[in-house]
Amino acid sequence: MRTAISPLVMLQPRTVRDALRMLRDEGPLTPMAGCTDLYVGLNLGTLADGRFLNIWGLDALRGIEARGDVLRIGALTTYSEIIRSAEVRRRLPMLAAASLEIGAVQIQNRGTIGGNIANGSPAGDTLPALAAADTLVELRGLDWTRKIPFADFYTGYRASVRRPDELITAVEVPRVAGAQWFRKVGTRAAQSISKVVMAGVRAERPRIALGSVAPTVVRARRTEAALADGSSLEAAQEILRHEISPIDDIRSTAAYRREVAARLLAQFWRDTAVRRR
Amino acid sequence: MTLRHRPVVFTLNGRRVSLRVHPLKRLLDVLREDCGLAGTKEGCGEGECGACTVMVDGCAVNSCLVPAVQVAGAKVLTIEGLGGRHPLQRAFAEHGGTQCGICTPGMIMAAAALGPRPTLHEVRVGLAGNICRCTGYEGVYRAIRNAGARGQEPEARRQRAGPRIPNPESRIPRPRRRRR
Repeated sequence: MRTAISPLVMLQPRTVRDALRMLRDEGPLTPMAGCTDLYVGLNLGTLADGRFLNIWGLDALRGIEARGDVLRIGALTTYSEIIRSAEVRRRLPMLAAASLEIGAVQIQNRGTIGGNIANGSPAGDTLPALAAADTLVELRGLDWTRKIPFADFYTGYRASVRRPDELITAVEVPRVAGAQWFRKVGTRAAQSISKVVMAGVRAERPRIALGSVAPTVVRARRTEAALADGSSLEAAQEILRHEISPIDDIRSTAAYRREVAARLLAQFWRDTAVRRR
Repeated sequence: MTLRHRPVVFTLNGRRVSLRVHPLKRLLDVLREDCGLAGTKEGCGEGECGACTVMVDGCAVNSCLVPAVQVAGAKVLTIEGLGGRHPLQRAFAEHGGTQCGICTPGMIMAAAALGPRPTLHEVRVGLAGNICRCTGYEGVYRAIRNAGARGQEPEARRQRAGPRIPNPESRIPRPRRRRR
């Protein structure tokens, strides 16, 4: 471990309220959930944060619950729990598919959906599924709760509207009409970080979200509109190529990502057309 | 220095342990340095290679990514907890599932988390987070599938055979007391 741990401080709340009070009065604090990303930074010595709030034990933030048309998933729900949930597999198969492709079993047993959102990596694999499902992110402060539409949650690269005194406590997913689709493209099936990741919903107005092609996860609104208006797949692909803003980095190139995104769109369109028959 | 920390209490290989360690110390380091259990290896230190795999409450985890404080109250099982005569351990030796050995403890812990009689697909998925850089995976898969066939007898057959044929799990010796 390259980070010296002796100067690091950790606070241990007993309840969610306790945690929110600590965030307000004793911040700045970095909440720590499954630590599957946070500890990579600590191990490599690249994490600057020095004060942590261990929320892993706050069981009130765990669990998956269907409330009428809304599927509520607690922030500390792990990928393994999402994969095993019959409710998620029935209502939100694209989220189960995304969770299955995160890391491998060891990461899925520990990593949480709230952590994936809070971490805010443009390559976060659950994020396109949550974006395509028009999810609400629930933020709680000491005496308020607000629900943010997923499309408004991120403000830039790893930046969000979450205030330092708020915790992500849950996501609420409305019922999704139409066939769902998910695909991640990486160097291998497990343990890879996405070069491009895409989730789609084939409805009258299709919904398409992509990761690793912009500073944040993005909805491809212009592509969606073109497909909804009946334009050809080729035209929609051309719109998508221009709508995203990928970069060259250690994992891939902008040109490759544009081309793969366009091909994923074609695959989504073909696969969901078959499924609808 | 360490006396400032509240003890982290958990069950390690069936024994209750109480350790005054920094709450953010990695479980991997706690096991190796504070418990003297060096069977758990560090490969990458970033959750990619699986060499540090242990079980926490029956689930395989990367111990390089788990802070000590998060195993408070949990049951931790390491390769030492399998006692050296576990069917998986014998099978890895017999079927060429090991070469340099660095990845082996993690592979065996990930395999142990799969439960009895995993299919080849389950083995491949369950061990996708365990990377071997010398011998490859076929011997590993063969070992796990054969350990299942031989070691984990179906419940019915075990009962018919009576108590003289022990459940392989019950043969696991308790770990020796460790220096602190």
